[in-house]
Amino acid sequence: MNSAAFVVIAILTLAAALAAASLPKLIHAALSFAVAFIGIAAFFFLLGAEFVGLVQVFVYVGAVAVLIVFTILLTRRDVQDTGKPNRGGAIIAIAVFGGLLWAILKTSALSIAAPQIEALTVKRIGGVLMTDYVWPLQCVGLLLTAALIGALILVMEDRNEG
Amino acid sequence: MSGSLDQIFIRIKQLLLAPVAGAPDWLMQITSALINIFALLGIFLTLFALISVLERKILGRMQNRYGPNRVGPFGLFQPVADGIKMLIKEDIVPARADKVVHFLAPILIAATAILALGVIPYGRNMTPFSIDGGILFFFAVGSTTELAVFMAGWGSNNKFSMLGAMRAIAQMISYELPLIITTFPVVMVVGALSPDAIVAAQNGYWFGVVPHWFVTTPWGAAAFILFFVSGLVESNRTPFDVPEGESEIVAGHMTEYSGFKYATFFMAEYIGMFAISGLAVTLFLGGWHAPIRGLEFIPSYVWFFVKLSILLFIYIWARGTLPRTRIDQIMNFAWKFMLPMAFTCIIAAAVWHYAGRGVAGWFWSLAVLGVVYIALSILLDTRKKFATRTYRFAE
Amino acid sequence: MTPTLQLFLVVSATLFSIGLLAALSRRHAIFILIGIELMLAAANLNFIAFWRFGPQPQPPTGVMIAIFSIAIAAAEAVVGLAMVIAVYRHYRTTNVDQLDQLKG
Repeated sequence: MNSAAFVVIAILTLAAALAAASLPKLIHAALSFAVAFIGIAAFFFLLGAEFVGLVQVFVYVGAVAVLIVFTILLTRRDVQDTGKPNRGGAIIAIAVFGGLLWAILKTSALSIAAPQIEALTVKRIGGVLMTDYVWPLQCVGLLLTAALIGALILVMEDRNEG
Repeated sequence: MSGSLDQIFIRIKQLLLAPVAGAPDWLMQITSALINIFALLGIFLTLFALISVLERKILGRMQNRYGPNRVGPFGLFQPVADGIKMLIKEDIVPARADKVVHFLAPILIAATAILALGVIPYGRNMTPFSIDGGILFFFAVGSTTELAVFMAGWGSNNKFSMLGAMRAIAQMISYELPLIITTFPVVMVVGALSPDAIVAAQNGYWFGVVPHWFVTTPWGAAAFILFFVSGLVESNRTPFDVPEGESEIVAGHMTEYSGFKYATFFMAEYIGMFAISGLAVTLFLGGWHAPIRGLEFIPSYVWFFVKLSILLFIYIWARGTLPRTRIDQIMNFAWKFMLPMAFTCIIAAAVWHYAGRGVAGWFWSLAVLGVVYIALSILLDTRKKFATRTYRFAE
Repeated sequence: MTPTLQLFLVVSATLFSIGLLAALSRRHAIFILIGIELMLAAANLNFIAFWRFGPQPQPPTGVMIAIFSIAIAAAEAVVGLAMVIAVYRHYRTTNVDQLDQLKG
């Protein structure tokens, strides 16, 4: 695995995520959120899971990011996040980060290099989806249908009342 | 003889790679990728320039006039004049526009369009980047275009731009579904997402004459028509160019862009057209395969570009012939007609496969498609039913 | 430095804390959703990293969990954003500090 690529992608992703968390203007935060997800998809490519990387770009950048910018447009009264930042939130986040870092660096069994694997083809993912994971697949289908119908009902205007 | 002419570009590339033959692996990969990228950019930017003038000439001929014919022989150097004009124009950015977003929008839209060109097989062994999930890569990159269109509309700080961007995104999202679902029958029948595998599955001929292209099957023909129409919409071409309707909202999301940035938008639209046509050729028209066994001596890339040119001519033809449709007509058409027909194509492809892939399969899948089409036509009957005419006379 | 598993886990822990920061310290509802999506993506990265560095050959369990997690995160984002729009229509604000009453 290429270490130069890892460093570049890590810096890009973390910078974009930090920008998404701290920029005052909402549209800029949403766009750097999209860049952060492209960075994460690049990580997936680096780890050999190309299909997941492509699905990530497709779903997150192509759909969720567009959804977020549409919602920003439709709720446009306060597009800036005014007010002082929440100190308590920052302290909790740093504490959680510290705890996770201590746990990771303490476990010596995790400092291993990548073993050789055979490439994970789309055919194999499809085969596994239809044999071992067919019930989760049906459940996810039902879940997505329910989410679609639920979202439609939530935003439908009440024409009959009033 | 035909084999060496066919692979001539592969040999040229190997000649170019010879000086770095002893270098480490990553350097070889980067050099090889760079050669692919430069070749791709060179060919498609030239094609873009050529098509921009050919479109104007063909539209002119359809409207009973000459197109541009002053600059160069038959006006073919017009893109040079256009390019110089675009480059020397003043770059105006609105004072209250969001500078970063306004600047990045044309770059992003051009980048995603060019990225999509990288996975299409242009000839035997001539796919620039052969990814296992190539079709998914194409659509993932294509769906990023919507974000770029939104950035263009938002960054201009202009109500017309915002309105144009919202219309464009609504149209593109609605037609992304039929676009992607019509590729499912092909992927299902071939069993792979890689464009190379899809092209390889379309070789061979029936009785030595009719090629095994997917467009010769009923579900393939229906899926090709649906894919092509969705491609027309995705590239915002007439009759679906509501986002850039010149008589309505100036230039939609491209209103506040001048000079080179507008040229970038223009180029991105055309390269998007090339990418979708290239994918249509790969999925349905047999990629770089010849139509008859006797003509196989012609190199594979020539066949690809011939088919691509035919599809581009149909794009230009549609632009010269059809009037613009209304936005609600466009959305109704997508959700009420194209989506059910796209799902029917999947079922028809499955019927074709399981009835044996021969004549019986042909008739059964045609029956499935015909039944659903007739049912949809009856259900969606939008002809106005006029009441009896009454007259009012002055008293 | 060849990237070891620890390095990937550190990156995903950083992403998770950044997402947590966004979710906890912002007042606009959409920022909170962005933070939640970042946390989910960090967890996906963890799953795939562990799948890659685990003993080979192994079934693609980590990859499958990541795929399903992406689908579920998309569904949750849809419903969350629909709720933000519905709340905005009723209260004309997206500031979560002002949504503190159960009475409609």
